[in-house]
Amino acid sequence: MSVVTLKIDDRDVSGRDDETILEIARENGIVIPTLCYLEGLSIAGACRLCLVEVKGSSKLLPACATRVSEGMEVSTQSERLTHYRRMIIEMLFAEGNHICSVCVSNGHCQLQDAAVALGVDHIGVPYLYPNRTVDASHELFGIDHNRCILCARCVRVCDEVEGAHTWDVGARGIEARVITDFRTPWGDSDTCTSCGKCVQVCPTGALFAKGKSAGEMMKQSEFVQYLVAMRGRQS
Amino acid sequence: MTNTITIDPVTRIEGHSKITIQLDDAGKVTDAHFHVTQMRGFEKFVEGRPFHEMPSLTARTCGICPVSHLLASAKACDGLLAVRIPPTATKLRKIMNLAQIAQSHALSFFYLSAPDLLLGMDADPAQRNIFGLMNVNPELVRGGVKLRQTGQQIIELLGGKRVHPSWIVPGGVSEPLTEEKRDRILAMLPEAIGLAWTTYEWYAEEVERFKDEIESFANFPTLFMGLVSPRNTLAMYGGDLRVVASNGAVLEDRRPAEEYAEIIGEKVEPFSYLKSPYYKPIGYPSGIYRVGPLARLNIVGHPGTRLADAAFEGFKKLDRQSSFHYHYARLIEILYCLERTEQLLHEPDILSKHVRAEAKPNAEEGVGVSEAPRGTLIHHYRINEDGLITYANLIIATGHNSLAMDRGVLQVAKRFVNGAHLQESMLNRVEAVIRAYDPCLSCSTHAVGQMPLEINLVAPDGEVIDTVRR
Ligand code: SF4
Ligand code: SF4
Ligand code: FES
Repeated sequence: MSVVTLKIDDRDVSGRDDETILEIARENGIVIPTLCYLEGLSIAGACRLCLVEVKGSSKLLPACATRVSEGMEVSTQSERLTHYRRMIIEMLFAEGNHICSVCVSNGHCQLQDAAVALGVDHIGVPYLYPNRTVDASHELFGIDHNRCILCARCVRVCDEVEGAHTWDVGARGIEARVITDFRTPWGDSDTCTSCGKCVQVCPTGALFAKGKSAGEMMKQSEFVQYLVAMRGRQS
Repeated sequence: MTNTITIDPVTRIEGHSKITIQLDDAGKVTDAHFHVTQMRGFEKFVEGRPFHEMPSLTARTCGICPVSHLLASAKACDGLLAVRIPPTATKLRKIMNLAQIAQSHALSFFYLSAPDLLLGMDADPAQRNIFGLMNVNPELVRGGVKLRQTGQQIIELLGGKRVHPSWIVPGGVSEPLTEEKRDRILAMLPEAIGLAWTTYEWYAEEVERFKDEIESFANFPTLFMGLVSPRNTLAMYGGDLRVVASNGAVLEDRRPAEEYAEIIGEKVEPFSYLKSPYYKPIGYPSGIYRVGPLARLNIVGHPGTRLADAAFEGFKKLDRQSSFHYHYARLIEILYCLERTEQLLHEPDILSKHVRAEAKPNAEEGVGVSEAPRGTLIHHYRINEDGLITYANLIIATGHNSLAMDRGVLQVAKRFVNGAHLQESMLNRVEAVIRAYDPCLSCSTHAVGQMPLEINLVAPDGEVIDTVRR
């Protein structure tokens, strides 16, 4: 491990060479929008919202999944980046069914927040209005696939922190869904411990506690980083 | 040859609709229909949704009276939870409903109907609106604006948002009332009650001028239905169903909400998307009934608050079959709502923090009934074992009245429409009949003032032989 120095948005910053652009940016108070990233979980690189420009690379790189290196020059803001980030958000809205006004997470939703922060005031791509279902077979929780953005946070927290590995992503492309066990109803799951971690880390209203009305679902995902940090100390 | 006169759309009602008047060869009116051409499909698309979403989902049926849907829906959900909600929650929900009725009545009376009443049916349409009214009787208009504001402010103080508050939830309400908010509402009420009383006194004299309209405005015997309290007074939130015949005979009494399907049948007519409910024991279409302010006051012994009771003495002397008196009834109800709110806010437990019962669903079926500004509102849900909706039936107030509205249009058309030429004033009377019911046509259009009006004269072969626009 060695210390590297680099530039983010023309600012000289430094960090360890096993850190990511996102981590160093955050340490220095530079905001890069994210959705699938959650401190304490492994990196999925699933949403691409954190894309940044790196000098010398013609491709845009995901800040959450890109290690820093000596002399790197990163820019986190540009017209091109805003354009792509907005497009990502628009597509997330268009490929599901998001009716915020009646959603349990209305007002406390990271997708919604990202849309507001990026100034997404209309959706430029046609809505798909997919026919997706709600699985409310679990005694305490439910999943509304209409609102799932496939960030796989639930999958990772269940596997990496709870150790249950109830969740997975099944099927491909437009058909992809998060599934419980072998695509059986959540309520029938043998592996689920009903800990509720997945519900808390889900950035949208897809995973919810039953009995919540519109706007009532407020999630706390900070526990993940503490749990992971404390366990790290024990071992 | 048969001619058809179509008035499309009816102005100054909430939503979109049109009226068709059928003429015979001699130019006499033979039939008339009030069409609702919108299809909302709510009952279908809520299937599969978690039942906890129902209050906020169904509140979107209507942008004008979302609170009414929230209440009926939350009550149906209480039924699914099979809980008795905390008494303070009941009282807070009641206050929200009363505020909603008061503000909606103020909108209907002052903004939508008063222009006809004050300026006359034959006044220039460009003037016959709330702005024209402002020139003639600014005090009345200001009072109306204030009354509407009061209702809206109460809703906002309670629910945080004027339209679609998500404060009403299955099991109760999400937040208790604070002392500060209670005192703010209490401080608003005396002035509002004063204004409502002044308006009532003014209108009680004014009403004499409308002899013609009173006689011909859907003035025919029908049944009346609504909720009534065990003390024989108005019940806007609780109470049981009562059906009263035109001669005052009580046909149904103390019918709990769950039994609505035993007394109400629903017929779908080809000319409208509005379902036409009827009183089952009498059958269709003779089982025609009316709901809303006029019906409510026709089924109770008295409203149940001081000033409303005093005003009710005047109401009792009226021809209580005439739909024209929906207006009169609305003014009495505004008084009742404000006075009742004051009473409830003085209840010792109104600030209790215990306002929500938590439970999992314990029943597969739930029915919620409450009084909306325009009449009895019924929500009926069934859920599967996971709590997802498998069936929903909504009977909205305007639906109950649809048969009566048809009949009313026919009656006025017969009297005021003659020949294939339409005068502005005669059209307006037909529209005004509809407006007397204050139909909320499942649409959030705020049509204050003049909307374009198109009338088509259609021959039996479908050819438009005359068109009038204004
Ligand atoms: S998950 Fe978020 S974006 Fe989607 S409907 Fe709910 S609040 Fe809106
Ligand atoms: S359910 Fe929530 S956490 Fe899981 S993939 Fe979907 S949006 Fe992400
Ligand atoms: S946050 Fe980096 S790809 Fe999602």
